[in-house]
Amino acid sequence: MAKTKISGAKAVIESLAQEGVDVIFGYPGGQVLPLYDELYDADIRHILVRHEQAAAHAADGYARATGKVGVCLATSGPGATNLVTGIATAYMDSVPIVALTGQVPRSLIGNDAFQEANITGITLPITKHNYLVQDAKDIPGIFKEAFYIARTGRPGPVLIDIPKDTQVEPIEFEYPQEVKLRGYKPTYVGNEQQIKKAASLILHAEKPVLYVGGGIIFSDACEELLGLAEGIMAPVTTTLMGMGAFPSNHPLSLGMLGMHGTRYANYAIQESDLIVAIGVRFDDRVTGKISAFAPNAKIIHIDIDPAEIGKNVRVDIPIVGDAKNVLKNLLKYVKQEQSRTEAWNKKIAAWKKEYPLTYKKDNFLRPQFVVEQISEVCPDAIIVTEVGQNQMWAAQFFNYRNPRTFISSGGLGTMGYGFPAAMGVKVGKPESTVIDVAGDGSFQMNSQELATVVQNDIPVIVAILNNGFLGMVRQWQELFFNRRYSQTCLTDSVDFVKLAEAYGALGLRATKKGDVKDIIKEAVKSERPAILDFVVEREENVSPMVPAGAAINEILDLE
Amino acid sequence: MKRTLAVLVENKPGVLARVAGLFSRRGFNIESLAVGVTENPDTSRMTIVVSGDDHVLEQVMKQLNKLIDVIRVSDLPAEEAVNRELALIKVGVDSTTRAEVMQIVDVFRAKIVDVGIKSVVVEVTGDESKINAMEQLLRQFGIKEMVRTGKIAMNRGAKVVQTEKKA
Ligand SMILES: Cc1ncc(C[n+]2csc(CCOP(=O)(O)OP(=O)(O)O)c2C)c(N)n1
Ligand SMILES: [Mg+2]
Repeated sequence: MAKTKISGAKAVIESLAQEGVDVIFGYPGGQVLPLYDELYDADIRHILVRHEQAAAHAADGYARATGKVGVCLATSGPGATNLVTGIATAYMDSVPIVALTGQVPRSLIGNDAFQEANITGITLPITKHNYLVQDAKDIPGIFKEAFYIARTGRPGPVLIDIPKDTQVEPIEFEYPQEVKLRGYKPTYVGNEQQIKKAASLILHAEKPVLYVGGGIIFSDACEELLGLAEGIMAPVTTTLMGMGAFPSNHPLSLGMLGMHGTRYANYAIQESDLIVAIGVRFDDRVTGKISAFAPNAKIIHIDIDPAEIGKNVRVDIPIVGDAKNVLKNLLKYVKQEQSRTEAWNKKIAAWKKEYPLTYKKDNFLRPQFVVEQISEVCPDAIIVTEVGQNQMWAAQFFNYRNPRTFISSGGLGTMGYGFPAAMGVKVGKPESTVIDVAGDGSFQMNSQELATVVQNDIPVIVAILNNGFLGMVRQWQELFFNRRYSQTCLTDSVDFVKLAEAYGALGLRATKKGDVKDIIKEAVKSERPAILDFVVEREENVSPMVPAGAAINEILDLE
Repeated sequence: MKRTLAVLVENKPGVLARVAGLFSRRGFNIESLAVGVTENPDTSRMTIVVSGDDHVLEQVMKQLNKLIDVIRVSDLPAEEAVNRELALIKVGVDSTTRAEVMQIVDVFRAKIVDVGIKSVVVEVTGDESKINAMEQLLRQFGIKEMVRTGKIAMNRGAKVVQTEKKA
């Protein structure tokens, strides 16, 4: 029997359905009209954003919160280029998204046609892989591959560029059962010999530190991490991307390390004799001056991406594999009766006592206090952040207990990420309270999405730590440029409460400590999208801080 | 230090751009690059000469392997491989120098593939040093034009670079 044919556009929708996609964030335009026409009848929820950048960030937030692949859709040319920042953000943080773009008809490609942009060329360095559909009959195969590539191995964004004429071309649709990619076979199982060698180092270490990141969360290895840490009584420090991988209030937790890490985490690294690095990439914000990083330590590096091993630091025992898988195996070999790390843990406990993460507790409304109050009122919230001081305070002062509850643009540091990402998080996790800890500068980069959250009834809360400054840049100007605040002052930019109201969202303001809890509670209770304007101390600094280029134990306390 | 890599890739549009883009964005230097299809029409083979130490070479290989369209990357150490390059050199000649040029061509086991009144085109095959030496010698007569293919290389003996990646 001859198969009935369907259009390329319909094949796209069918492929998405086959991949279990239930929501798309997108924005229409000329070269995706056939796709939008198919979406009109489809069972897939489409959320109309107000700027394509937000669609990419929302897909990214959705993916980080749920572990599923996020999907965004834009038209050709300006629609596609508006996705670029969002794709780059996802790429730097290894987030699985599939970005779909319309393209001018095949016959016009290369002609500088109206709204033509070579988006596969533009996104070459910021995608894990990308496709230009050359023939409508390739659509099912490309979608199967794209989703597979996005979510397996080291996850990452994949883009599919779909010329308009392929969207109307009729094809026989058959979704492939499996992918066959000669050049892509991620390694999940760690080498047994290497794991044994690692175990032996671990059993002999007297000052071990587990340095863990986003890889633990992506591979769902938190339980195994806890098992390892408690099994050998080793302290655990996480990167920004790893917040939530290990409970912040656990006695073995050192909190975050690096530029704005805790003193005790940085001291522990510098004195350690063995670093077990899992799902991390030795980023410069973590290592500080690389030649002075962990001078006394042997390094075991476990990562799914072989290219990360040995890229920035020399490694004694490399193990390529999936964190969960490798840790499970490793745990077989590291059972030990008595801990050699007692003296080490005592030393760390003393550091913790001497150098706690803190701030000035007076009557002024300080941003750290706001984050602490959020932590108290909404301990189970998913925290999303913008970029800058707000991001660091959100990492330092909320008590994270679970994976996928801290969502932040780590690698690219994209201002404007938080609010649209929070929207994606809330769509993926409607039962959770979702709070974007924001800066007044960052929020204004995507505040147009207030329309989206109101229209689609996505009740996220934006907690603006409003300091009237591009605070993080101001902090650097204060420290390194003689307090010359060049172009970092944002006073009187907008009344955020009125802005919220203009869009039909709830707007509340707190100017003193006593109001903070009340407005958080009111926002949660309202079940509406809400903007909370916390008018905080203007020149508060993120502390402690390792100046750029210094070793991570050369850490300063700032007023 | 110069290293030679054999890179098997999917024979698809855009793959060269992916490979070249990777080199420029990661700050790796390509000394030479030659591409052609293999015995399997789905597969192309690039021979890439890179300069750098062991650390650079390791990163280049790992980063190349990350590209989905790259099937396999092999390092071909000079002593274990046959290395060849082809050059066409247009040399200015007159009645007094023609014979001398032909003699040099003979000694190098090269060929004259085109003869004109004022010039000849020499075809020479060999490893890099041979071609450099040839160029050196012909320079005195005046090289009007020269084109080189870039190096291609293959393992000596039974060892092969497989087109299917072993799982
Ligand atoms: C898109 C983008 N542009 C510029 C920067 C550089 N930058 C980093 S932090 C920062 C200031 C952020 O200000 P705000 O959102 O108010 O946060 P605060 O530091 O005051 O908490 C800037 C401009 C960036 N990270 N992203
Ligand atoms: Mg600010």
